[in-house]
Amino acid sequence: MVQERLLTVNKLRTEFFQSKKSSVTAINEISFHLDKGEILGLVGESGCGKSVTSLSIMRLLNFTSGKVTKGEVIFDGEDLQKISENEMRKIRGGKMSMIFQEPMSSLNPAMRIDKQMIEGIRLHTNMSKEEARKHASKMLSQVGIPDPERVLKNYPHQLSGGMSQRVMIAMAMSCNPQMLIADEPTTALDVTIQAQILELMKKIQQEEGMSILLITHDLGVVAEMCTRVIVMYAGEIVEEAPVEELFNHPTHPYTEGLIASVPKLGSGVKVLPSIPGSVPDLSMLPKGCRFAPRCKYATERCRNEEPDLFQISANQKCRCWRQER
Amino acid sequence: MEPIVSVKNVSKTFPAGKNLLGRPNKFVHAVNNVSFDIYRGETFSVVGESGCGKSTTGRLIDHLLVPDSGEIWFDGKDISKLSQAEMRPLRKNIQMIFQDPAGSLNPRMRVEDLVEEPLLIHTNLSKEERMKIVHELLETVGLSAKHAKRYPHEFSGGQKQRIGIARALTVKPELIIADEPISALDVSIQAQVLNLLHDLQQKFNLTYLFISHDLSVVEMISDRIAVMYLGYVVELAPKTVLYKNPAHPYTQALLSAVPIPDPGHQQERIILEGDIPSTINLPKGCPFAARCKQCRPECLETKPIQTEIEPGHFVSCHLYK
Repeated sequence: MVQERLLTVNKLRTEFFQSKKSSVTAINEISFHLDKGEILGLVGESGCGKSVTSLSIMRLLNFTSGKVTKGEVIFDGEDLQKISENEMRKIRGGKMSMIFQEPMSSLNPAMRIDKQMIEGIRLHTNMSKEEARKHASKMLSQVGIPDPERVLKNYPHQLSGGMSQRVMIAMAMSCNPQMLIADEPTTALDVTIQAQILELMKKIQQEEGMSILLITHDLGVVAEMCTRVIVMYAGEIVEEAPVEELFNHPTHPYTEGLIASVPKLGSGVKVLPSIPGSVPDLSMLPKGCRFAPRCKYATERCRNEEPDLFQISANQKCRCWRQER
Repeated sequence: MEPIVSVKNVSKTFPAGKNLLGRPNKFVHAVNNVSFDIYRGETFSVVGESGCGKSTTGRLIDHLLVPDSGEIWFDGKDISKLSQAEMRPLRKNIQMIFQDPAGSLNPRMRVEDLVEEPLLIHTNLSKEERMKIVHELLETVGLSAKHAKRYPHEFSGGQKQRIGIARALTVKPELIIADEPISALDVSIQAQVLNLLHDLQQKFNLTYLFISHDLSVVEMISDRIAVMYLGYVVELAPKTVLYKNPAHPYTQALLSAVPIPDPGHQQERIILEGDIPSTINLPKGCPFAARCKQCRPECLETKPIQTEIEPGHFVSCHLYK
């Protein structure tokens, strides 16, 4: 089967400016791609740049001090860094949409659900108000909301967390996007509700053949949902691999440590192997490999020279001197 | 073994609405008729989803809240009706670790003052003696004495939680109530703090009441586990029994909903429908009936009674009688 590229991110760098001269590089020249119909996982701990990556792709950094200073984002053959804000607005919510971690705070609390949904739908299609309302109601029942007409008349505070996240998904799906960016979509939800939402996302993905970029810190969710995974550490990609490879043969010491430090249900261990130390401050990065101070394999070379992202097999990449080819 | 804590038929409600005269007429039933014992030296965990009453249970035992009815025995004494003043000397024996390490440390105090504070209240030690204990403890929790003069904002989340733990240990408590102590931390840091809690338990012979929503973490650290739903304890069992042989339909669904970090793992998943009902109007019958796949007519009518289906394994469900 020939895979069709949907999104290519090429050497993307985003910096946050504290003043004109001083800046912190949140993501440093990251490159990856997303094929049509695949679920790509983006894993890492807080501050590793995974959310900044999604905001940079969507060009949503305007309200922060962040700026993309290098690189390109090619979506469906178009460089998103070059088009105008007006054209970008047509893509956002249309061909490409996004769901966030906090469903409660991403909905407008002062607007009924119907108004919020119709607004989005009419922006991207030429449906009339009634048609858009009907479409919204159809979308809500597709995401498993039992009584869509009632929910449409509700305000966000009248909905539970799981319900709001369903509304968010319905809203994101309502213009038939080719790509969905899900930034920690289930982190704020309870486990049983998380299971409902993940099941729903998988179902929609299979039915619509959509691509999903799933950003999460939960390796369990990754194992369950993704076909391919990218691991980020301190603003860089440290490993890229198909999901089975990543869990069975992690090549980067960080990935290895991360997988080992997650308690697994039914394993019966009392003490977990853990990674010593903590994530470096992005404004005071160590010289050489960014993971070297916490790495048990670190050598003199690791502390002085930063490794490249080596291609170690057809579909696996790793940023570690031990994998140099 | 004698229990260090005995919770007997404890209930707690909070007012949620008022009538015209300003008197409360609606109540959130946070904890309903909960009973369990915690034995000396064990780790007893309370698990459940948000709003199930697990944190309220912890606060009731720590006497931060007073129960509406029922008794809480600590060290052979009923503490549920004590006044704040009567409770104060006992507080030394019960310490808490909170979820948000940043929010539970005063940002204007230095680490040594934060950790020293319990000693000022509970002991008559001299400044030198106090500082000696503080510095020792900082080493014990994996920080160093050179950190003592710094302020909380200079530390990462995991380090802040270590400070919180050191602070709880200063007065040599018997029981530590840890309310979601690692939920706010990153994955690689979670393992560090869990291992620390495990080591400290062995070293100081501590008893833990561990409150969490994460079943994989609870499995690692606990000896016995209580599963709560809508303010009720629906199942209580030793760890190995609960994970191998969960009896209550809610526990079964909860366990099957945990994502396993192994792509080769295939599991039968029980997807629950709907949301957790409101605790303002409690259902008449079994609290779980509305979402239960094995619900029968009697489940909607009468509350199930807790039954011991094997030694130490208690279930509240009509399926087991």
